[in-house]
Amino acid sequence: MERIHTILAIAAITFAIGAVGVIVRRNVIVVFMCIELMLNAVNLSFVAFSQSVGNLTGQVAVFFVMVVAAAEAAVGLAIFIALFRTARSVESTSATELRL
Amino acid sequence: MDTRQVITSLDPALIPLAPLVGAAAAYGLGRKNRVFSGVIATFAAIVAFALTLKGVFDLAPSAIKEAHLWRWFGVGQVAFDMTLRLDRLSSVMCLVITGIGSLIHLYSTAYMADDEGMPRFFAYLNLFLFSMLVLVLGGNLLVLFIGWEGVGLCSYLLIGFWFRNLNYCGAGRKAFVVNRIGDAGVLMGIFLLLKHFGTVDFLLLNDRLGEAAALFDPKLAAVCTLIGFCLFIGATGKSAQLPLFVWLPDAMAGPTPVSALIHAATMVTAGVYLFARAHFVFDSAGAELGLIVVVVAALTAFISATIAVAQNDIKKVLAYSTVSQLGFMFLAAGAGAYWVALFHVITHAFFKACLFLGAGSVIHGCHHEQDMRQMGGLRRLMPVTFITYFISTLAIAGIYPFSGFHSKHAILASLGQSPNSLIVASAPIIVLIASVTAGLTAFYMTRSLVLTFFGSYRGHAHPHESPWKMTVPLIVLAVLAVIGGIGLEHSLPHYLEAVLPRAHAHESLAPIDSLGASWIGVLGVLIGVFLYGPLASVPPAIAKAIPLLLRLLQGKYFIDEVYQTLIVRPLEGVSRVLWRGVDQGVIDGTVNGTAEVVEVSGELVRTMQTGDVRHYALYLFGAIATMVAVYLVW
Repeated sequence: MERIHTILAIAAITFAIGAVGVIVRRNVIVVFMCIELMLNAVNLSFVAFSQSVGNLTGQVAVFFVMVVAAAEAAVGLAIFIALFRTARSVESTSATELRL
Repeated sequence: MDTRQVITSLDPALIPLAPLVGAAAAYGLGRKNRVFSGVIATFAAIVAFALTLKGVFDLAPSAIKEAHLWRWFGVGQVAFDMTLRLDRLSSVMCLVITGIGSLIHLYSTAYMADDEGMPRFFAYLNLFLFSMLVLVLGGNLLVLFIGWEGVGLCSYLLIGFWFRNLNYCGAGRKAFVVNRIGDAGVLMGIFLLLKHFGTVDFLLLNDRLGEAAALFDPKLAAVCTLIGFCLFIGATGKSAQLPLFVWLPDAMAGPTPVSALIHAATMVTAGVYLFARAHFVFDSAGAELGLIVVVVAALTAFISATIAVAQNDIKKVLAYSTVSQLGFMFLAAGAGAYWVALFHVITHAFFKACLFLGAGSVIHGCHHEQDMRQMGGLRRLMPVTFITYFISTLAIAGIYPFSGFHSKHAILASLGQSPNSLIVASAPIIVLIASVTAGLTAFYMTRSLVLTFFGSYRGHAHPHESPWKMTVPLIVLAVLAVIGGIGLEHSLPHYLEAVLPRAHAHESLAPIDSLGASWIGVLGVLIGVFLYGPLASVPPAIAKAIPLLLRLLQGKYFIDEVYQTLIVRPLEGVSRVLWRGVDQGVIDGTVNGTAEVVEVSGELVRTMQTGDVRHYALYLFGAIATMVAVYLVW
């Protein structure tokens, strides 16, 4: 097996773990961590492809993803605090008002 | 008719303008003070009469005053103009319409004085005059048709004038719907004229038919027969002939002046006028058409006269009498003696308007009692009404020297002298029917006269003579009913000789022979006098002896019931199927079904929206996974 295949496999597994976590876990902080996991799995594949293809575009994309992830973390944590203030919990099941 | 001279003039446009303005003013200003509306409307009618007199004053025999107002529209080669023409034919009608119209307007100011709806009434009445004048002045068939529809509308509005009574509204609707059948005939006639001759302008049509006749066009007679038949269908609607006469008796729901003006003197004669105006079509048509017209007319005259014998409502008697007299007019029109038909239109307008107004005066005096069995002995209480009604009865009975004798005599004479060979051949039978009808006319009119004015009063009101506004029109019309026949017998054909074919007077009889010739009228009157005077026990005995006949006549031959069963009910059935099945079932079903599908599917889909973020994430991943899977497998 070539090296890139190994790295992609690790990325895929990490992504899958993150995805399952997002769906399964109720604690929004854990969900958030799982999202980070998914983002980083993507980053990993970006880097791997960048090296394999031989240009830097993929690595530039990684920086963008990291910046967006940081901004998202800031907004997300603010939302969790707001959620905790109203619902006294950080379970995602306690925020299901937006439905028919 | 080749020597006709067309003069551009505003006269034909000004005559109908007066009542149009009057209608607007009567309604607009009359709402503040309703007496005012009557004054305005009467004034407008008199102005129209004066304008007609002015327009007629210098009208040469073959002159046509033409007012070309504007081009209405054009389609391909055919253009339709708003043209009004005053020639000697239309001038005669205009004089009758505005003259009698003015009298009836004056009469109405008193008759309707207590009615809240006076402004509306006079606005409609003036609007009617306008429409009727447009009808007779119209230079082409389409403008005539505007007036034709206009008078139908005004007739509808005035029959249902007292709209709080639903029966009256129904009568108005019936008149409108039955007339619509006839109007379809007129429209067909217009279309056919356009198809074959490319114009509906009367002057152009006359020329083109003349050209076609000069070229011995073989199809001409067949085409004209068809067109004439279509126009005749229209005439049977408007002029209440078999089989469409059923609306006219019901139309008596309207106020009595309306019955006098619209349903006796003017509107119902529009069909006769159509014959005279489009005489070239009927002259070019085959002999069968004339025979059809004459047979229908004779049957109408006879059948409605028999119905009139058994009616107890004074207005119903007059209504059936009108239908019968219209039949007489069509006898002459069908036989090609247009001036004779017009002669009877005029004399009939005089005496029948007088009779209707007299009946109105009686109804007014008896506090809205219309049943003749509740009247009687009114000759002392209402002397003016009695004398005028008496004179008009003699006139309609056809007794010399009153006007009805002359016009009826001319009609009977015209049948034998018709250019139509089929009519000449059948003239003896037709004349026999017409003579019997004339006798019946004399009889039932005498019956109404005796029941109303002789004997002793049987009602419970306090009858009184009507005010001068009502008696003056009565007197004027009664005078006209006396002298109209002698006065017009020779002058009318002479006046019309340039505009109508065969407009020459029949040989008039010496007065002593005329008296002899009116024997049938005298006989009818005498029978009426005796049966409802000294021998008053005889009619009930006859009724008892043959109850079936009485029921048949009182039930008006059950023609309404037959129409109800044969036409109205099936139509209602079909409508019900279309309503319940097609409209509510198919069309509404489709629309509502679509909505239901959307609703049900929406209900299903909304269960997906739980509000829980994790579910949405699952849908997201599931969708992406599916897409990727599909992409990979493809």
